[in-house]
Amino acid sequence: MKKKLTTVSFNGTKEQEIALDNVIAEHKDQPGALMAILQKAQGIYGYLPIEVQQHVALAMDIPLSEVYGVASFYSQFILNPKGDYAVSVCLGTACYVKGAGLLMDKLESILGIKNGEITADRKFSLDATRCIGACGLAPVLTVNEEVYGRLTPDMIAGIIAKYKD
Amino acid sequence: MITNKEDLIKIRDAYAGKIAFRQHGTEKVSDGKVEKHVLICGGTGCTSSKSVQIKEKMEALIKEAGIEEKVQVVLTGCFGLCALGPIVIVYPEGTFYSRIELDNVEEIVKEHLVNGNPVKKYLYSETVKGDEILSLNDTAFYKKQKRVALRNCGVIDPHCINEYIGTNGYLALAKVVTEMTPDEVIKEILDSGIRGRGGGGFPTGRKWQFAAAQPKGQKYVVCNGDEGDPGAFMDRSILEGDPHALIEAMAIAGYAIGANEGYVYVRAEYPIAVNRLQNAIDDARKEGLLGKNIFGTDFEFDMQIRLGAGAFVCGEETALLTSIEGNRGEPRPRPPFPAVKGLWGKPTIINNVETYANIPQIILKGAAWFNSMGTEKSKGTKVFALGGKITNTGLVEIPMGTTLREVVEEIGGGIPNGKKFKAAQTGGPSGGCIPASKYDVEIDYDNLIAQGSMMGSGGLIVMDEDTCMVDLAKFFLEFTVDESCGKCAPCRIGTVRLLEILNKITEGNGEMEDLDKLEELANYIKSASLCGLGQTAPNPVLSTLANFRDEYIAHIVDKKCPAGVCKNLFTYKIDLDKCMGCGLCAKQCPADAISRTDYVAEGHKLASMQIDATKCVKCGACLPSCKKFQAIYKG
Repeated sequence: MKKKLTTVSFNGTKEQEIALDNVIAEHKDQPGALMAILQKAQGIYGYLPIEVQQHVALAMDIPLSEVYGVASFYSQFILNPKGDYAVSVCLGTACYVKGAGLLMDKLESILGIKNGEITADRKFSLDATRCIGACGLAPVLTVNEEVYGRLTPDMIAGIIAKYKD
Repeated sequence: MITNKEDLIKIRDAYAGKIAFRQHGTEKVSDGKVEKHVLICGGTGCTSSKSVQIKEKMEALIKEAGIEEKVQVVLTGCFGLCALGPIVIVYPEGTFYSRIELDNVEEIVKEHLVNGNPVKKYLYSETVKGDEILSLNDTAFYKKQKRVALRNCGVIDPHCINEYIGTNGYLALAKVVTEMTPDEVIKEILDSGIRGRGGGGFPTGRKWQFAAAQPKGQKYVVCNGDEGDPGAFMDRSILEGDPHALIEAMAIAGYAIGANEGYVYVRAEYPIAVNRLQNAIDDARKEGLLGKNIFGTDFEFDMQIRLGAGAFVCGEETALLTSIEGNRGEPRPRPPFPAVKGLWGKPTIINNVETYANIPQIILKGAAWFNSMGTEKSKGTKVFALGGKITNTGLVEIPMGTTLREVVEEIGGGIPNGKKFKAAQTGGPSGGCIPASKYDVEIDYDNLIAQGSMMGSGGLIVMDEDTCMVDLAKFFLEFTVDESCGKCAPCRIGTVRLLEILNKITEGNGEMEDLDKLEELANYIKSASLCGLGQTAPNPVLSTLANFRDEYIAHIVDKKCPAGVCKNLFTYKIDLDKCMGCGLCAKQCPADAISRTDYVAEGHKLASMQIDATKCVKCGACLPSCKKFQAIYKG
């Protein structure tokens, strides 16, 4: 899957860097550790900007291309920061046949961004996600951890309004 | 610490009564002080509709009422009937509360748990027959099921190792390491006839045999928990509801092939499953059921979890191994098969979660018992995730050989809103569609393949007449295009070309010769791709072409989408004589495409509305506003 590189500048803190170094030290000698390190790095930064990938490559003494290769391969790794409220629409089969595509259209028009983008104020980001397993509630979307199920497009505006201020 | 079989049996006997209390069809006995067990579903579906908060509130209210000695509240794994979640079951009666909300809890505690009167209005309607209240086991959804892999889901507390032991848990492992040779274990698995539940259906015993035959040394047992088929969630349910069954089975596999290390590869998108499995592994270690000297023998086995990161191709076994090794999850050519050269080049067996969940039962009850269920070449049961246009969405476990009609109409409760069954899709993006004319097909590995579909991991998506089959094929193709790892050209490039042709057809620009092109290209991709993902990627196209060719032709020749899904091939219209002129639809329209005409239908007061096709964006927002008069239609 092709991934968009971020357009927002990197502003990592010293604390985050220390946390990352601890993670690397802990896993460095385990076989096949790169994925686990990147998963934890994403936990620390919220996404994997190129600066973090460079840091991991240097500390593990492996080429950046290898780190980038893994980071760009798996859909869990995001190279773009998420908004304060990450809106994800499930486009799994069950939700899809129950009209999840219409929810996405509605969100795109309300938030003024496309699937995979973030609003200028970094408040909302919008993504499509694979099946989250709540097929009985189809169609569903999540805002951060909160799940909204059995939706119709006319319910979208109300949900977004709850997070606006 | 459990150091021998007697220790285990002592715990089992202490907990068996508690489990029997909650088990289907058993005598209604009470284990001393506790008079009621309240089971609340803690699966992902119900958790997302607040079942954990319901449990907390219920416990607080029970304490307040001073009955905490008499009532035990348990957060279990998935009951299967996700459409009715969150689900609360009260034993000994087996009373079945559905779609419970936080506000209902107080009344249930007061009326049912304190006063002993079930609150009828919150019960699942099918269980209320006048004055009589049925138990969940009497409902159509549960009656026809046969639960082997899911036997503990929705019965035990997945966080409590002793409750698992109470169901004869770890007894199979004890039997294997103290009474059986590795060859005897493999023979039992071979004789049972169990085939891999993850998709391919390869005989599990044969896999084990190959790995066991490799020279002694480092070997690995791997569990494939990278359940990526959209719509399938049986593996997640087992991990969430019965994690110890997996641990026990992997240890048995380790003993059989001579491996002492196991890896469970689980999707990171399954946080509840990962958490419960990790918890279970820690508890098993504490009890000495993992680690050195298991049951006092010199057999040792330990395991760890590796998190997947959302790549469908990692469900393919060689790609999964590359991913555990920390790389891009790209498949490797086979042979050598993993049983010869797998993880880090060592002999490795890979089985799916559901396959493992069957193993302890086969060891305890014997190959002949397992063999007695199912069809000639497909033994045992299979779990299906019912989804799409079906009343009872959820998880069901049925004996192989049950017909599709029984699954959809009886267990699944049929198609909602009076619509007709059109097709069922099995096997996810690797599978195909079974049309209504094959409604009575007996579900097993070989019959599904004969229908141009496959078992896959067990997703079963039901479609009604509103589903466009060309659009459906396109949907699955988009998925595989997205998930193709890019290593081999037939899959990387071929699937994109297939999708382009499908797009052309759904946009109304198709030509009849496109159908031949689709078939030709699909067959190339099938025969030339490196791994299972590519080899099966064209199946949704081929099977819809075979069974619904007339729909493709309608798109191409008549430029119509019969199901009214493909936006370029239909328009919304208003029946002027049905329209009451209320104007609600115009308020819904985001494109200002609806306006009033001069025409007043006979007997109506207001002039009818009309849709300007040039402005209409076909969002469908107007449709629900006219539910009452049904004047808006697709044409």
